[in-house]
Amino acid sequence: MKDLLSELGRQIQSSARDLAPILLVVLFFQLVVLRQPLPDLAQKGAGLVMVLLGLTFFIKGLEQGLFPLGESLADAFARKGSLFWLLAFAFALGFGTTIAEPALVAVAAEAATVAARANAIAQTPEAMAGYALGLRLTVGLAVGVAVVIGVLRILKGWRIDVILIISYSLVVVMTLFAPREIIGIAYDSGGVTTSTITVPLVTALGVGLASSLKGRNPMLDGFGLIAFASVTPIIFVMAFGMLN
Amino acid sequence: MEAFIQLLVQILRPLALTIRDVLPIAAVVVGFQLFVIRKPIPNLRKVAIGFVYVVVGLSLFMVGLDWALFPLGRTMAEQLTDPAFLAVGATTEEPLPWTSYYWVYCFAFLIGFSTTIAEPSLLAVALKAHDVSGGSIGIWGLRVAVALGVAVGIALGSYRIVAGHPIHYYIIAGYVVVIVQTRFAPKMIVPLAYDSGGVTTSTVTVPLVAALGLGLSEAVPGRDPLIDGFGLIAFASLFPIMSVLGYAQLAASRKPQTSGRSQ
Repeated sequence: MKDLLSELGRQIQSSARDLAPILLVVLFFQLVVLRQPLPDLAQKGAGLVMVLLGLTFFIKGLEQGLFPLGESLADAFARKGSLFWLLAFAFALGFGTTIAEPALVAVAAEAATVAARANAIAQTPEAMAGYALGLRLTVGLAVGVAVVIGVLRILKGWRIDVILIISYSLVVVMTLFAPREIIGIAYDSGGVTTSTITVPLVTALGVGLASSLKGRNPMLDGFGLIAFASVTPIIFVMAFGMLN
Repeated sequence: MEAFIQLLVQILRPLALTIRDVLPIAAVVVGFQLFVIRKPIPNLRKVAIGFVYVVVGLSLFMVGLDWALFPLGRTMAEQLTDPAFLAVGATTEEPLPWTSYYWVYCFAFLIGFSTTIAEPSLLAVALKAHDVSGGSIGIWGLRVAVALGVAVGIALGSYRIVAGHPIHYYIIAGYVVVIVQTRFAPKMIVPLAYDSGGVTTSTVTVPLVAALGLGLSEAVPGRDPLIDGFGLIAFASLFPIMSVLGYAQLAASRKPQTSGRSQ
């Protein structure tokens, strides 16, 4: 019990460190520059405490449950899994982690609200929830495909810069044809996908794979999966916008 | 009592949604473990408790997001773009020039810089970069490079929203710069640089920055949230790639003899 408490305390500290810079900057602007009262201060304070506690439990839970399990699986598949199961796992890992990514949930909900207010979709909770879910599934699919391509790249030794240049060119071409209102969301979803859950598990798969293969440098080959996972969502979300 | 029930509903709804969000990844790891690897889950109890923590934590985070981070970003955007705050004596009829919004750019820059420099995962990346570069890339140098990249990215992104320029001109120009830089940068740093773009935008920063962008596009006259409001996160992911590649090039050219060898 004492161990648990001290560990939670340590975790709260590290979550607080994430939050502290934001608080400092906002406080500075409120007190020195704006000098205006912040509306709903009590609710904002309570909300920040919830963010702090929530992040603490979330990361503690990830470290205790998902990460060890996911990492040992990634390692097992990287070392001796058949190609089919390796690729199936790579896809499922990319998809599953992205669907659970809190930042993506947040941005998808915002995107749905904005789209509804602009009458791009119906202004009902159902339509908004459907739009947000569709967006997240699209991004999940994109990250799943990205991890599969990344794994194939490590296995075949393809060059990372060639693939990235091809994908960037595809983004540029698609931008010309995509509806204007999806472009910003699409570009943003590239940066959103790769945070709390996705990065550790996907990196574990890449590094495990690169270090189990002869003639592969874990440094050069193991990383770079995240780079793919940041480009494919842009392409997929623009396609989502074109189809809708 | 009613307030309590309302609070309960406000917490239970995200709880149900969170379970739905976490279910796919739980199914993936448990399914592959049991049916493909065919081994029982080690420390089953601990893992199960871990999943409960994840669900509870994520639900709390979602509520806190709605109560604090989103409104905070919006309020800051509103207050910083308030004509009464911006231009004392100017008529509110005509749109203000983009230069009037300098406090917005300052705020964006500082939020980007401070959250990135404090980001723990960036420290891990910096340590690795220091190792592979044989010491020519300094730990602090890289952290400052990434933080400056994010800060400039968000500040420039805010300027874009205020000015109402199409986002893809900026992003495409950024891609071209990144591709040219990739040709000349030391090979070892390339994957790290590309990853640093994605790693730095943390779970706390993303919602705040997204809300800031949307708030800005609502407050600045003539902007449409759907077209102009998004894109700050894209800027925050793209610019660190440039700054890290640039920093690596600088570090390599300063020490051409020692790069690649450990010191």
